[in-house]
Amino acid sequence: MKRHLPIIILIAALLAGLAAPLATGASAPGFFVEVLLGGLMAGVLYSLVALGFVLIFKASGVFNFAQGAMVLFAALSVARMAEVMPLWVAALLGVGIMVLLAIVVERVVLRPLVNQEGVVLLMATLGVSYFLDGFGQSVWGSDIYEINLGLSKAPVLILRNVFQGGILINKDDVAAAVVAVLLVVALALFFQKTATGRALRAVADDHQAAQSVGIPLNRIWVIVWSVAGVVAVVAGMMWGSKLGVQFSISQVALKALPVVILGGFTSIPGAIIGGLIIGVGEKMAEVFLGPVMVRTFDLAGGGIENWFAYVLALLFLLVRPEGLFGERIIDRV
Amino acid sequence: MNLAAKTRFLAASVGTVAAVISITASVPAFAQAKEQFFPELVYRTGPYAPNGVPFANGYSDYLKLLDARDGGINGVKITFEECETGYSTARGVECYERMKNKGPTGATVVQPLSTGITFALTPKAPRDKIPLITAGYGRADSVDGSVFTWNFPLGGTYWDAADILVQHVGKKEGGLAKLKGKKIALVYHDSPYGKEPIPLLEKRSKMLGFDLLLLPVTHPGVEQSATWLQIRQQRPDYVFLWGWGVMNSTAIKQAVATGYPLNRMYGVWWSGAEPDVRPAGEDAKAYNALVFLAPAGRGKVHEDILKYVYDKGNGSGKREDVGEVLYNRGMVSAMMAVEGVKRAQKKYGRKPLTGTQVRWGLEHLSINAADIKKLGFEDFMEPIHTSCADHEGAHSARIETWDGKNWHVTSGVYHSDLSVIRPIIKASAAKYAAENKITPRDCSKEK
Amino acid sequence: MFYRENGQFKQTYRQDEALLPIAQDRIVMLALLVFAFVGVPFLASNYLFLSILNPFLIMALAAIGLNLLVGYCGQISIGHAAFMSVGAYAAYNLMLRVPNLSFLVALVLAGLIAALVGMLFGIPSLRIKGLYLTVATLAAQFFIDWMFARVKWFTGYQSSGSVSTPVLDLFGWQLDSPVKKYLFLLAVVTVFTLLARNLVRGHVGRAWMAIRDMDVAAEVIGIRPVYAKLTAFAVSSFYVGVAGALWGFVYLGSWEPLAFNINMSLDLLFMIIIGGMGSILGSYFGALFIVALPIVLDRVPAWVGAPLSTAMASHLASMIFGTLIVFFLIVEPHGLARLWAIGKEKLRLWPFPH
Repeated sequence: MKRHLPIIILIAALLAGLAAPLATGASAPGFFVEVLLGGLMAGVLYSLVALGFVLIFKASGVFNFAQGAMVLFAALSVARMAEVMPLWVAALLGVGIMVLLAIVVERVVLRPLVNQEGVVLLMATLGVSYFLDGFGQSVWGSDIYEINLGLSKAPVLILRNVFQGGILINKDDVAAAVVAVLLVVALALFFQKTATGRALRAVADDHQAAQSVGIPLNRIWVIVWSVAGVVAVVAGMMWGSKLGVQFSISQVALKALPVVILGGFTSIPGAIIGGLIIGVGEKMAEVFLGPVMVRTFDLAGGGIENWFAYVLALLFLLVRPEGLFGERIIDRV
Repeated sequence: MNLAAKTRFLAASVGTVAAVISITASVPAFAQAKEQFFPELVYRTGPYAPNGVPFANGYSDYLKLLDARDGGINGVKITFEECETGYSTARGVECYERMKNKGPTGATVVQPLSTGITFALTPKAPRDKIPLITAGYGRADSVDGSVFTWNFPLGGTYWDAADILVQHVGKKEGGLAKLKGKKIALVYHDSPYGKEPIPLLEKRSKMLGFDLLLLPVTHPGVEQSATWLQIRQQRPDYVFLWGWGVMNSTAIKQAVATGYPLNRMYGVWWSGAEPDVRPAGEDAKAYNALVFLAPAGRGKVHEDILKYVYDKGNGSGKREDVGEVLYNRGMVSAMMAVEGVKRAQKKYGRKPLTGTQVRWGLEHLSINAADIKKLGFEDFMEPIHTSCADHEGAHSARIETWDGKNWHVTSGVYHSDLSVIRPIIKASAAKYAAENKITPRDCSKEK
Repeated sequence: MFYRENGQFKQTYRQDEALLPIAQDRIVMLALLVFAFVGVPFLASNYLFLSILNPFLIMALAAIGLNLLVGYCGQISIGHAAFMSVGAYAAYNLMLRVPNLSFLVALVLAGLIAALVGMLFGIPSLRIKGLYLTVATLAAQFFIDWMFARVKWFTGYQSSGSVSTPVLDLFGWQLDSPVKKYLFLLAVVTVFTLLARNLVRGHVGRAWMAIRDMDVAAEVIGIRPVYAKLTAFAVSSFYVGVAGALWGFVYLGSWEPLAFNINMSLDLLFMIIIGGMGSILGSYFGALFIVALPIVLDRVPAWVGAPLSTAMASHLASMIFGTLIVFFLIVEPHGLARLWAIGKEKLRLWPFPH
C-alpha cells in the first residue's frame, strides 16, 4: 500500500483537476463533456501512434521515432492513390506499401544494428524518418491532400434535452473511435489467439529464450513492423479524413513517448489508456487551466498543451517508473 | 567491416570531406556580364509548401517573362536562382549568405517570404547593403524608413491588415462604435509572423472597447482542437485567422467541424488563397480573407506569361494554376522589385545596379494607375508611392470571399487609419533604434 | 613511419600526464591551431565563415557539452537545445538590463544560469535512467520553449517575441565582420575544449565514466551518484548555455524561440553519435558533419549541373541525409572518432603492418 501511495495521490490530484472546472462552475456541463470528448478524440490518435510504438518496442527494444513519419507516409500514400482508385483498394495498397517498408527497414536498418545501444537504434529510426520525409514528398508531392471517407463534415448536436445547448459531435470522430476500438480488438485477438501472436509475445518476454525454441527473430521483426505499419495506415486515414494530409513532420511521434510512459512501455492496453489520459488531460489543461495561467502570469497566449503531456509523464516517472500497466522495472538507481 | 576496409573507408571519407570543403571554399569568379541577379528564397517542401510553391512560381515566371518578352530590364538581362529555406530561419539566413554576392553586382533585392527570416535579415541587410522587400509581411514598424533604411514592406503591413479587418467588421456591425462589448478572437501562428498584429489589435480594443481573445497555434499548426474548443466556449463575434501553410486549411476545417459561422471568420491576406480553402471545398463557403496585392484572376500580364513562358514550355508550375491568389502575389512582388530597379536605372543608368542603387530606387518608387495598366496589372493593385518616411507606399486592402469554387472580391477598398498606426510605428521603430544603436536618418534631408 | 612513439620516453610524472604524450600529436595539434588562427582567416571566404565555420565552431562547443553528459556520464538528453536557449535568453536579458556589462561576463553568467536550469531538469536522473530520462529532458525542451515564447519579460516585451542584438563590442573591439567573429569563436571554443579535455581525465570525468559504465559498482567504490550526475548536468548545461549565447549573439544576431526547437536537440544528438560518444574530438567531427552536410547536399545538384527542381533537390537531400545517418550508424556505431583512432593505429604501423 505504501508503495502505491504516491501514485494514488497523483491520480486523485488528476481527477480533482478534472472535476475542478465543473465544481467551480467555470464551465457549463455540456461544454465540459465536449472538451472531454475532444480530448478523447485527440487521445485516440495518440493511442494509435503509441500502439505502433509499443509493438515495436516490445518485440525489438527499439524506440521507433519514425512512427510519426510512418503515419504521415501511409496517409499520404492512401490519399494520393485514392485519387485514381476506390478508397478501399488504396487502403489495401497502403497496407502493402507499409509491409514492404517494414521488410526494407528490418533488412537494411535493424539487422545490421542488432545489439546496439538503445540510443543508436533511436537515432537510426530518426534517420529513417528523414528518409521517409524526403521520399514521401518526392513521390507523392507536398500539397495538402484529402482522404474522403464519405462522412459529412457538418457537426451534429446531440443530447439537447440533457445539456443546455446540446453537445457537438462529428461523424468522422465517432467513426474514428469505432475504428480504433475495432483495431485494438483485432490486435488483441491476433496476439492472444494466433501462433504468430504467441511467438510475438514470446519474443517480447525474452529474445534469447524465444530464439532457442526456434522462433525466427528476423521474421518476427518484419511482422511487428508490418503491424505497426497497418496501425499507421489506420491512424493516417483517420487523421487525413479529419484534417487533410500534408507531409509535415509532426510532433505526434514524440507525443507517443509520454503516452507509453504513462501506460507502461510494454503494455498494449496501457498505450490506449495512456493515450486517452494524455489527450483528455492536455485539452482540459489547455481549455480550463490555460486562460487562468494567462491571466495570472500575464502570458502572451496559452499553449500549455505543448508541454503538459511531458510534465505529466515526468511526474509519473518519478512516482511510478513502470507506468500504469507495465512490468515492474527493478533496474533502477 | 574489418580493419582494412575501415581504413579504406576512412581514407575515402577524408578525401570526400576535403573535396567538399575545397568546392565550398572556392568562390566562383564572375565575368562582368550585363546581368541583374535576383536571389529567390523559396519553400517548396515541408508544412508551408502548399503556399510557398505558388508564390515562388509566380515570382519566377514574371522574371522569366521579362527576359523572354523584353530581354530583361531595359537591356539588362535578369538572372535568378532559387534557394530552399523550408520556412526555417536558420536555413533562410544560410541561403541569404550563399546568394548575396552572386551576379555581377551581388543580390539586387531579397524577398524572404517569411517574417522570421525578415527579422533575422534586418540587422544583416544594412551591413551587406542589400534591400529587403517584405510585401505584406515582416516587421510592421519597418514602414519607418528613417530607422529601417533597407526594409521595404511594400503595399501593406500586418498593422494595416489588422486595422482594416477591424474597420470591416465595424462597418458590418454598423459603425466602429458598435464594436463595443463585442468579442474578437485572433487565431495566430505562434511565431513573429502571427504575433505581429497583436499590438495594433490591443490598441484598437482599448480604443473601441471590444474584447480581444488571443489563441496561439503551435508550428506547424495541425493541432488546433483545443483552440476551437475555446472558440466554441467563448463564442467570439468574429475570428481573425493569422495562419500560414497547413495551419490555414486545418483552421477552416476545424471551424466547420465546430459549427462556427464562416461568414464571421476573416483571414489575413496570407490565409486567403486556394490551398487554404480547397481541402474544405464547399464547406468553406462564405469564409473571408483580406487581399492587398493581386486577387485571383487573370489579366493582360497573364496572357503574356502564358504566351511567352508557358507556350515555350518554361513555366514553373502548372498552366491552370496561373492566376491563383498566391501566384499573382508572387508576380506582383517580383514586379515591384523590378520597378525599383527601373526607377534606379533612371538615376544611375541602364547597367547592372548594386543593392545601394536599387535601394534608392525602391525608396523613390512611384507606380501610378497608368503604370499599373501599362504593366498589365490593371485591377490587381493600388498605386504605390514610397518615400524615406514611408517605405510601405500604399495602405489599403479589400475583402475577398470564397464561394466554394473561387475567390471573389466582395468589398471596396479600405484604407488603414494612419492616425492609429503611425504612433505605434514611431514608438516601435524608436525602440528598435535605441536597442540596436542606430541613429535615424533625417528624412527631410533625403532626396 | 613518421607517426610512432618509440624513442619517446616519459621520464617525469608531468610528461606522463601530458595532454598529448606523443610528440607528433603535439606538433600536428599546434600546426592545426596556428593554421586555424592564422591561415584560415586569409584563405576562407566570408560565406564559408558565416555559413559553415562559425556555426560549426558553436555547434562543436554545444556538442562537447552534450557529449560530457551523454558520452561521458551516460545520461541521455533530448532537450539540450532548450538549455542553449536558456543561455541565449539569459545573455540577452543580462545585456539588456545590466548597463555596461561586458559580453564575456554575460557569456559566463549565461552559462551559469543554464547550468542551474540544467541541474534542475537533471534531478529526475537520480531516479530514472536510460531512455526513460529522454522524457524528462523532452519535458525541459517543450516547457522552456513555451516559457520563452510566452513570458513577455524574457523577450523584453517585444510584441513579436523575436529579439535582436546589437553588434558586439569586446573592450573596444567591434565584432562586426565574419573573420572577427570567427577568431573570437575560435578562441572561446579552444579554451573550453582544453577545459573539457582536462575535466574528463580528472577525477570528475572519471566519476562520470564510472557512473556511465556501471552505476552500482561506482557507488560501491565510493562515487556519489547524486554528485556525479548533477555535476554532469551542470557542466554540460554550462557548455551548452555558452554555446546558445554565442549562437544567438554571434551567429544569428536576432532570433525567436523556434530557433532552439526540438530539431536542434536532435541535431546535437546526431552530432555526438555520428562523431563518437565519449570523445571530444568526435564532437568536432559530428558538428562539422551535421552543419556542413545539409548545405553540401543542397548544393550538389548545382555543382554537377543536374537539372533538378528546387523541391526535388531538397527532398533528395533529406533522403540522402537520412540514409547517410543510418549508414554511418551501421558502419561505425562508435562514430567518426573511432575511425580516426583506427586510422592513427594503422599509421603507427605503416608501411610495415606485420
